[in-house]
Amino acid sequence: MADKTLDAKGLNCPLPILRAKKSLKEVPAGGTLEVLATDPGSVADFAAFCRTTGNELVESTADSGVYRFIIKHVA
Amino acid sequence: MPETVNNAKTMTIIVTKGSLDWAYPPLILATTAAAMGVDVTLFFTFYGLEILKKKLDLQVTALGNAAMKMPVAGMHMAMPNIVNMLPGVDAGATMMMKNLIKKKGVASIEELREAAIESDVRMIACQMTLDLFEYNKADLIDGVTLGGAATYMEQALKSDINLFI
Repeated sequence: MADKTLDAKGLNCPLPILRAKKSLKEVPAGGTLEVLATDPGSVADFAAFCRTTGNELVESTADSGVYRFIIKHVA
Repeated sequence: MPETVNNAKTMTIIVTKGSLDWAYPPLILATTAAAMGVDVTLFFTFYGLEILKKKLDLQVTALGNAAMKMPVAGMHMAMPNIVNMLPGVDAGATMMMKNLIKKKGVASIEELREAAIESDVRMIACQMTLDLFEYNKADLIDGVTLGGAATYMEQALKSDINLFI
């Protein structure tokens, strides 16, 4: 179970990233944030976001049009 | 705890356009960069100042924009310029664009501007443009500082990315 879940379904670029950044602040260091999104661009964007910010993208999966990301709050 | 050193990357964008469509790229990049830990400075000049007005009233026009094709009933509709010139057509196009923005879950300009302020994006309004078009600082949202080309250049010279939109 993630420490927090962000439902970003129906939101388009750059809102899932902006909301995720905000939500990460509420996750303790070492904790995880689960993000649900429907924007296909979010797959590449969350990978880039994590590489750049130093947070860890633990999981990136897709299930019937919903993308699920697990981000470990590192930085 | 180690002493905090500000070694964040920096970006500046010169924002020169104030139509609804052109307001998006600088605000999307600014807010996303800020979310990625980048220090962002936006310099609003000429029509870009519209984006800083307290009361936003951004419009879009297809006049002279051959690439603007709106999705309508599964097709893409381009309007001849002679139609785009008619009174009310810009208002219609703006309404259509705003409806699409809402329907597709795209942020509103208000929302992005709010996000930019929240994430400490530095916003500089061009003093010369204010004078030129007879606006006051009071016409702009709070948190905006005034400056000129030298103010921008000082920041641009030490920034990693400088864009002109």
